[in-house]
Amino acid sequence: MAEEVKLMKGNEAIAHAAIRYGADGYFGYPITPQSEIMETLMEEKPWETTGMVVLQAESEVAAINMVYGGAGSGKAVMTSSSSPGISLKQEGISYLAGAELPALIVNVMRGGPGLGTIQPSQADYFQTVKGGGHGDYRLITLAPASVQEMADFVKLGFDLAFKYRNPAIILADGIIGQMMEKVVLPPFQPRLTDEQIRAARPWAATGKTKNRKRNVITSLELDPARMEENNIRFQAKYREIEKNEVRYEEIGCENADYLIVAFGSMARICQKAQELARAEGINVGVLRPITLWPFPSEIISHYADKVKSMISVELNAGQMVEDVRLAVNGRVKVEHFGRLGGIVPTPDEVVNAIKEKLL
Amino acid sequence: MNDIVKPENLVYSKPRLMNDNPMHYCPGCSHGVVHKLIAEVIDEMGMEENTIGIAPVGCAVFAYNYIDIDWEEAAHGRAPAIATAIKRLNPDKMVFTYQGDGDLAAIGTAETIHACNRGENIVIVFINNAIYGMTGGQMAPTTLEGMVTATCPYGRNVELYGYPLKISDLVVKLDGACYVTRQSVETAAAVKKAKKALRHAFENSMAKKGTSLVEFVSTCVSGWKMSPENANKWLQENMFAKYPLGDLKNV
Amino acid sequence: MKEEIIIAGFGGQGVLSMGKILAYSGLMEDKEVTWMPSYGPEQRGGTANVTVILSDERISSPVLNAFDTAIILNQPSLEKFESKVKPGGTLIYDGYGIHHAPSRTDINIYCIDAMDAATEMKNAKAFNMLVLGGLLKIKPIVTLDSVLKGLKKSLPERHHHLIPMNEQAILKGMELIRKM
Repeated sequence: MAEEVKLMKGNEAIAHAAIRYGADGYFGYPITPQSEIMETLMEEKPWETTGMVVLQAESEVAAINMVYGGAGSGKAVMTSSSSPGISLKQEGISYLAGAELPALIVNVMRGGPGLGTIQPSQADYFQTVKGGGHGDYRLITLAPASVQEMADFVKLGFDLAFKYRNPAIILADGIIGQMMEKVVLPPFQPRLTDEQIRAARPWAATGKTKNRKRNVITSLELDPARMEENNIRFQAKYREIEKNEVRYEEIGCENADYLIVAFGSMARICQKAQELARAEGINVGVLRPITLWPFPSEIISHYADKVKSMISVELNAGQMVEDVRLAVNGRVKVEHFGRLGGIVPTPDEVVNAIKEKLL
Repeated sequence: MNDIVKPENLVYSKPRLMNDNPMHYCPGCSHGVVHKLIAEVIDEMGMEENTIGIAPVGCAVFAYNYIDIDWEEAAHGRAPAIATAIKRLNPDKMVFTYQGDGDLAAIGTAETIHACNRGENIVIVFINNAIYGMTGGQMAPTTLEGMVTATCPYGRNVELYGYPLKISDLVVKLDGACYVTRQSVETAAAVKKAKKALRHAFENSMAKKGTSLVEFVSTCVSGWKMSPENANKWLQENMFAKYPLGDLKNV
Repeated sequence: MKEEIIIAGFGGQGVLSMGKILAYSGLMEDKEVTWMPSYGPEQRGGTANVTVILSDERISSPVLNAFDTAIILNQPSLEKFESKVKPGGTLIYDGYGIHHAPSRTDINIYCIDAMDAATEMKNAKAFNMLVLGGLLKIKPIVTLDSVLKGLKKSLPERHHHLIPMNEQAILKGMELIRKM
C-alpha cells in the first residue's frame, strides 16, 4: 500500500521519521525553532508503541551525554537542538567522534552569534563541517532542503552513522524546521532486539558475556603513540567516507554560464532566482550540496572548467564559499552573497547579486 | 610451602572480577578498596554479564581497566546523564557511575542533582577525598576549611572560595533519591559496613526504587601529602567531622 | 495553476491556522503546497504572517518577492505588504483592522467586514473562516468541499463538531466580501 501523503512541519517530520526508523531513544532540551521535534515525540508517546525512550534532559550538555551513553550501549539514539544549544553539545560530539559512536544530531539553525535571534540562519556551517568541538574529527553532515528530506535524512543519517561508527548531523535551519510541506513518511521498521544489537554491534557496552573481553567505550588514550594510531584510523575512515558518501543535486547545471552553489533552504530560494534570471536571459545553474561534509568538491571542480563564474549563496557572511574556492582552486571567480543574523533574502535579491557580482 | 597453599587454608583471594592489570592508584588510596568491593558485590549478585559501569574523569578514569565488566568512559561530570540513558534504554541492566568530588560535586552538579531528582534506577558511587587527585592536588568543592591545596596554597578561605559542599545532604532532599549513605574504607570494620551499603544500593537499583548514592569519605595520600597511616588518621580526625558517616536517607 | 498568498495580521487572529486550512485544502486536491510561517514571539500578540503557496508543479522557494494575493488583517501588515502584491494581483483586507485604506490602483482591492460579523455572531473564532470565505468567493483556488475535508484532516477529532460552524462562517464570508 502506498504511504499516505501528509502535510507537516520539517520538525514534526523528523520526529515521525525517528519513530518509524526504530530509533531507541531521543534526548533533548527545548529551544526555538526546533522544539516541535520533542513536542511531537511526547505527543506520539512512542514508548507505548515501538518502545522508544524520549526524555527531556536538564540541559543540552546532559542530552548529548545521554546520547553518548545510549550509543555506547549499541542503541540508535539522537538529539536535536538549535545553534546555541548545539554549541553546548560540542564537547559531547567530540567525545562521540573520539569513542567512534554512531548517533544522530539535528541542528535547526538560528542566527547568532551568542543568543542571537530565533530566525533562520546557516551560520553554523563552519562549526559543523570544520570541527566545532576539540580534536581532529569529522561529522557526517546532511543538509535537507525540504520537509521530505527532513524525514528521509533521519534514516540516512542513522544508517551512515552506524556504517562508519561516527556521529552524523542533519544541518537544517528555521525555514525547513518551521515550514509545512507534503511528505511521505518512511515505512515503520522495528527496533533491533538486544540480541540483534549484540550481533550487529559487538563493540557496544551491553554487559560482558563470558565469550568475549570487556567492552570499554572511551576516547581516552594517554599513550601518544597509540593515540596517534587512533587518529590515523579515524582519518582513514574519513577518507573512506569522502570517497563513498558525497551527495548533491544538480539543477539545470549542464550548459549553464554561471553556477550558484547553495544548500538547504537557501538552495530553494536560489531555484526561484534561477527561474527569474533565466527569464532575463541569464543562464544560471544551481548546484546543491546535500552532504556538506563530505563536500562535493569534485563536481564543483568539474564545473570550474565550464562556467564563467560561481557564487555561493548562504545565510551567513561567507562560510561554504571557502570550500567552493578550495574546490575551484582559482580557476574561476567565486563570489559570495549572503544575508546575516536571521534575515532571509528574497529571490530578487539573489538575482541582483548575480548581476552585480558575476556579470 | 606447598603444604600451606591448599584451598582449605585460603583466607583471602582477589575478587574474581578484578583483573591482573597493575593499578595506577597510589599505595594507600581508597579507590582500590572501593573497586574491590564493587567487584565483589557484582559477582555475589550474579550480575557480571548485566552490569555497565560509567567511569569518570579524575583518578578513577581508568576504573575500566580493573573491573572485568563493560564500561563507558564519561566526559567530566556527565556520568549520571550517561547512566540515565543506559539504564532507560536497558532497564534490565545494572548501571552505576563511579565519580570523584570534582566530577560529581563541581562540574557535574547539575547532572548529579537531576539524575537523583528523576529517581533514575542507578547507583552513584561517590569518592570524596576533598581534593583533585589526578590533576595534582587542586581545591575540590569538598575541600575542608583551612585545608591546603595547590589552588588554595594558604588554606581554603571560605570567604574567598565558599564552604565545603555537603552534596549528599542536598541529594537527601530529592524525592527521587531512595538511599543516601556515607561510608569509609579506612578500617576492616568500615570496609565490611561499606560493602553492605553498596550491596543495598545495587539491589535498590534493580528493584526500581530510585537513585542510590553511596559516598565514600576517602583519603588522598598524594594530594594530602601524607603517609597512608597518617592519611587515615587525618581522615578520622578532620573529614568525619565535616562529613559524618552513616545513612542519611534510606526509604 | 499556481497561487502565492500572504496572510498577515495580529497573533491570535487565526492567521497561521487560516493558512494551514488553505494548505490542507490544497493537499486534498493533490496540489503541491508550502506553508511558511513567521515564528517566534509574534505568535503571542505581535504581528504574524504566513506564506502559502498552492501549485500544480513542484514549488521552489517558500520565500517570495511578491504575492498573487495578500490578505491583510491589520494596519502594520498593510504597510508592510501592500507594495508586495504583484500588479494585477489581489488584496483583501478586514474593514475593522484597517484605518488607512490601501491606495494602489494596479491591483484588485476587496474589503470584508469579518471582525464586525464575528462580533455580531458572538464568535471571535469564526473570524478567520469568514475571511477565508471571502477569499474563496473572489479566488476559488480550492473548492469548499476540499476545505471541509482539509478541516477534518487538520483538526483533532475532538474539534470535528466545530466543522459545521466553520462552514457557515465560510458561506457567510462569501456574502460579505465587496470590491472597493
